[in-house]
Amino acid sequence: MSEQQQRGGSTVTGAQSLVKSLEAAGVTDIFGIPGGAILPAYDPLMDSPIRHVLTRHEQGAGHAAQGYAAATGRVGVCMATSGPGATNLVTPIADAHMDSVPMVAITGQVGVDLIGTDAFQEADIRGITMPITKHNFLVTDAAEIPRTVAEAFHIASTGRPGPVLVDVAKSALQATTDFQWPSELHLPGYRPVTRPHAKQIREAARLVLESRKPVLYVGGGTIRAGAHRELRTLAELTGIPVVTTLMARGAFPDSHPQHLGMPGMHGTVAAVAALQKSDLIISLGARFDDRVTGNLDSFAPHAKVVHADIDPAEIGKNRHADVPIVGDVREVLVDLVTALRTEADAGHTGDYEGWVQFLSGVKSKYPVGYDEPVDGGLAPQYVLERLAAIAGPDTIFTAGVGQHQMWAAHYLPHEKPNTWLNSGGAGTMGYAVPAAMGAQVGMPGSTVWAVDGDGCFQMTNQELATCAINDIPIKVAVINNESLGMVRQWQTLFYNERYSNTDLHSKRIPDFVKLADAYGCVGLACESPSDVDATIRKAMEVDDVPVVVDFPRPPRRDGVADGGRRHQQRRHQVRPGPGSPVRRG
Amino acid sequence: MAKHTLSVLVEDKPGVLTRIAGLFSRRGFNIESLAVGPTEHAEISRMTIVVHVEDSPLEQVTKQLNKLVEVIKIVELDPTASVQRELVLVKVGATPETRGQVLDAVQLFKAKVIDVAADAVTVQVVGNSGKINDFLRVLEPFGIRELVQSGMVAIGRGSRSISERSRPVAVPVPPPSAAS
Repeated sequence: MSEQQQRGGSTVTGAQSLVKSLEAAGVTDIFGIPGGAILPAYDPLMDSPIRHVLTRHEQGAGHAAQGYAAATGRVGVCMATSGPGATNLVTPIADAHMDSVPMVAITGQVGVDLIGTDAFQEADIRGITMPITKHNFLVTDAAEIPRTVAEAFHIASTGRPGPVLVDVAKSALQATTDFQWPSELHLPGYRPVTRPHAKQIREAARLVLESRKPVLYVGGGTIRAGAHRELRTLAELTGIPVVTTLMARGAFPDSHPQHLGMPGMHGTVAAVAALQKSDLIISLGARFDDRVTGNLDSFAPHAKVVHADIDPAEIGKNRHADVPIVGDVREVLVDLVTALRTEADAGHTGDYEGWVQFLSGVKSKYPVGYDEPVDGGLAPQYVLERLAAIAGPDTIFTAGVGQHQMWAAHYLPHEKPNTWLNSGGAGTMGYAVPAAMGAQVGMPGSTVWAVDGDGCFQMTNQELATCAINDIPIKVAVINNESLGMVRQWQTLFYNERYSNTDLHSKRIPDFVKLADAYGCVGLACESPSDVDATIRKAMEVDDVPVVVDFPRPPRRDGVADGGRRHQQRRHQVRPGPGSPVRRG
Repeated sequence: MAKHTLSVLVEDKPGVLTRIAGLFSRRGFNIESLAVGPTEHAEISRMTIVVHVEDSPLEQVTKQLNKLVEVIKIVELDPTASVQRELVLVKVGATPETRGQVLDAVQLFKAKVIDVAADAVTVQVVGNSGKINDFLRVLEPFGIRELVQSGMVAIGRGSRSISERSRPVAVPVPPPSAAS
């Protein structure tokens, strides 16, 4: 077929034009739920090679699109009807916006004559999502559909990735139009800069060579840019220590001796020390988020900053950048490696020996570690370590938000990019199960484990039905402490152990094993450390239906989720005097 | 805090004003004045936005504005290198005793009477904010009954246009995937 023929020129309905446009944009999978306003689009979807996964809640569709995108690097697509269908996508859209996930959300809108009349299931979803999308569109003219879809995919996937919403009026879907896939786009206000400026690279190289205590502060942008290889080249060329943020876990292998782990509020002592005491922070696709920096005035007080990011607005937003570099992290790394190699050939290399030695000392003095529960119950960290060991190195892990997420960030071995999916910026409880579903659809050959808390799990576990019915065999490990553990942890640290509304008082309501069974999944429970391996192996053997494993642990025994024993000390600073022991230490 | 005048070229599309106003509001900036209108290019509108803000947050807000897909170009206009104008229509009391003084003020400020009633006149005055404030102070004693003021519009001095260098760039779209 000639390109001209492929680009179309046929008379179709707006709905057909929409489906053809999605096909033309390379879409193979959509997560969604139909409803009145989007209904015309679902008719031609029946005849399309695109797989539509019918979720049980639009939020599930949105997070599934995110998981799909994060695991594959392709644009995730979700679809919903007008009004409540669209507003149910708001949380995943906001989440994708915070974590720079390439996603296109297609929503139906009421007919153009009804817009603005408070019609049935009318909501101004374009207005609602303006602050939480990279861009959004309202299409009222069927002729605009192909160009709008092409622009949406271009914007979602280039520059700093993000969610784009396309709201299409029902009348436009029903109208007759001419389908013509555009050959070029005119977006005069959208020109992301990917090539870093040579002068800035030279300046960055100079600071790298001058510094004595540099650290590579690696953010999620490094993963989105697919720059993990280039990062490793730079790290090994220079010997500079590396910290990876929650969003960047897997961008640099945990097993690498230069890796100090995750920085920030829940970070390792070594990673926090590396940033705090550094004289040069080389920030790669990170954004100096408050969970990393804490109080900005006391954050890394002696460090100069080289800040590389594809989004110029991130540079200097929270922390002054001595050398701002606007560009794609991969291109920045390639250029920086070239510049530093040239310097090395001329005999100029950095001297970081004392610094590296100091940090190795900190790392070995404060290793990531945990205490076995005194009553012989399950340590969640142990569960996660065994899970990773048995599931193998290619496993994709998703997590919800809370203590289990922080444990998963520390105790799972993060060795590869795009295998650790979680909600970082927005902190959306309920992300894990639907994101795992999306990742499994995008990566059908991979094992996908959702590590979830019992609070999170109850927010979105209806998608187990979607998984069971559509042969999406995800596996879910519920770290079940019958409480909202992370919030409870804050009450321990900052609210005098007054546990207001964080105890779920669940007493096995619901019984997750029975719940799994009711959803057509295999339900397993494991209460003793000696059963952990056997239970995980049993879960791994199931490959045709989803599996849910309940790992209950005594709720009152919870320690603090972090990468070491710092919080134990902090707790005593916050609340002096004898208190009930939170954990042995 | 310093006053800054931003000239923002935007695509003339529905919702673009909401996007810009919403961005200012959610990033915590107050817009002091805003004027929107067409330009010499049919598809481009120009907004003149006046904000009171320090330099560093101003840089952040212009960067965030630049991220809006429909924003084509942002230029900060230096008051010394640009002409800035606002327009005010003001209805001021003018009895037979005071009318002469009001008309004197109108003449002094090169303002213009655009409507006359028995006990009031409506005056139009154009100028920068300094001149307008001075004029209103002079009118104050006569009783200002109603006042309406436009947002500031501003244009750089000299022969160059700010839209000269904003060239549209076409992005090629890959042909449809083989799947279809």
